[in-house]
Amino acid sequence: MIYSLSLLLILVGLYGVIVSRNTLKIVISLVIMEHGVHLLLILVGYRAGGQPPIVDPETAMAVFAGQAVDPLPQALVLTSIVIGLGVLALLVALCVRLYERYGTFDVTEIRRLRG
Amino acid sequence: MTMIILFIALPLTMAVVIQVLAHQRPVLSDWLTNATLLTLAIISFYSVGRYGLYHIGGWTTPIGIDLRLDPLSSLLLIVINVVSLAAGLYSVEYMRSYTSKTHFYGLFLLLVTGMNGVVLAGDLFNLYVFLEIAAIASYALVAFGCAHEELEASFKYAVLGTVSSTFILIGITFVYAVTGTLNMAQIAARISDIGMTPPLVLAFGLFICGFSLKAALVPFHAWLPDAHPSAPAPVSAMLSGVLIKAIGIYVLARLIFNVFGVGQGELAVLRWLGVISMVAGALLAAGQTDIKRLFAYSSISQVGYIALGLGLGTPLGLVGALYHLANHAVFKSLLFLNAGAVEQATGTRDLDKLGGLNRTLPVTGATSLIGSMSIAGIPPFNGFWSKLIIILAAVEAGFMGFATVAVAISIVTLVYQLKVQRHAFFAAPKDLLTTWRQEPRLMSLAMVVLAFGCIALSFLVVTGLRTPFLINAAQETLMRGVFGL
Repeated sequence: MIYSLSLLLILVGLYGVIVSRNTLKIVISLVIMEHGVHLLLILVGYRAGGQPPIVDPETAMAVFAGQAVDPLPQALVLTSIVIGLGVLALLVALCVRLYERYGTFDVTEIRRLRG
Repeated sequence: MTMIILFIALPLTMAVVIQVLAHQRPVLSDWLTNATLLTLAIISFYSVGRYGLYHIGGWTTPIGIDLRLDPLSSLLLIVINVVSLAAGLYSVEYMRSYTSKTHFYGLFLLLVTGMNGVVLAGDLFNLYVFLEIAAIASYALVAFGCAHEELEASFKYAVLGTVSSTFILIGITFVYAVTGTLNMAQIAARISDIGMTPPLVLAFGLFICGFSLKAALVPFHAWLPDAHPSAPAPVSAMLSGVLIKAIGIYVLARLIFNVFGVGQGELAVLRWLGVISMVAGALLAAGQTDIKRLFAYSSISQVGYIALGLGLGTPLGLVGALYHLANHAVFKSLLFLNAGAVEQATGTRDLDKLGGLNRTLPVTGATSLIGSMSIAGIPPFNGFWSKLIIILAAVEAGFMGFATVAVAISIVTLVYQLKVQRHAFFAAPKDLLTTWRQEPRLMSLAMVVLAFGCIALSFLVVTGLRTPFLINAAQETLMRGVFGL
């Protein structure tokens, strides 16, 4: 169920990228889409009632592995958020520069290149 | 084995070091960048035959990050680093007209880092990270001139690129959820155990969409004809020559042959994508009058040939595809450098306004003739041999229809290349001629190096059609199916 919600978030983002005419709204939709993926990644590593993945010397390794949540997707999401931030900064900078040149955020008016 | 890390660490460090050192003396950035690129080109040849795994930080396979050097990576490394050396030499004089050369070199080296990382990465997530490094650097490089068209093209490219990266990340998530690992060798072993379950089929579909967008195969090509011509010439050469192959075609081949395992369904997808790109790209190219835009459409068409060769799935088809990959990298970057020289000398890229350039730009004229003849597949040149191998492989595999289309498209290629040659270089000069300047020395050197590369690659077949240097070993890596060294 909760998986389908994160997929829904991805689809909402994709819909926004396709139908938006405002460059900034396109960028926001991309961010929504990215966060949908991050949520999905976190859910893959989730375990109901699991404990934090920090090794406690008193617990046996086999017991620990049976109880802890998967830490790898969390590491991946951290990396992915950083990448997303880089892309976001670049895209917003492009939007600002585009506004300076064309005086608009409307993609239907930013059309100098042929098809 | 430790030299594998140099392919990533060296350009990454230099990208930052240059920003600090060359802040006061811009000429230092020319020297440092080209020294770095020369070193990389030399060690990429040195890497041939020294295959193996490199564990970053000494952490072994299930825990640490693996870099994997095998014949296929080695082939791609040589192609990437030689073309970037030529583009780097060319930038020294060409990029003078732009504002900040130091920043340009920084982004350029990041692009090289990303591509080297993608072809060396041994696990899916690092592949994704390096792919993003290359992609973000290329978005910024396309917008480098900050004029109207460049910003527009870059925005379009960045949005589509981010969507495709997101698809790839969803695919990686599904693969991880099913197999519990990100290491490509382990994923391959798990998939051959459990077979293609529905989530894996979904992941595969997402990978096909994502990487086809990066490789600009036809239903996903919309960004390429805007992005590649808008970038400065050395960057266009890098994007069209190597980026679409290193982060598109290479990864597709790696995933299909080495990770997911070859099935007829997967191969058919690749074949059809290839044929559609081949036809659409060539027909659209024939109608262009802007030189760089024409070459960009031609890239779509030529990448179609590579995808078709890979999609045949036979050893001969793969040899043809990999050979064409190396050839296309050399002649397409040569042609983009030629287009840059023409634009710099005359201030226009419009074929209708150009003419008689052979007299004013002798080096550009001669090298572009070699490039054009190579891409059109005129017999002594390399493009002829690789197309011939792909067409023979298609006939051998029983796809007579595809073979016929490939021959027909190669004639269309000849037509539009002759159009460029006739209008720009051979026609009677137009009256603008008096203001035109000759091409500078280093730009000529870069073009001559690549033209020499075209000729050297055509000599590869002399050693035997079925066993060209390295390409055969790379083909065997793919045919061996599941990973293993």
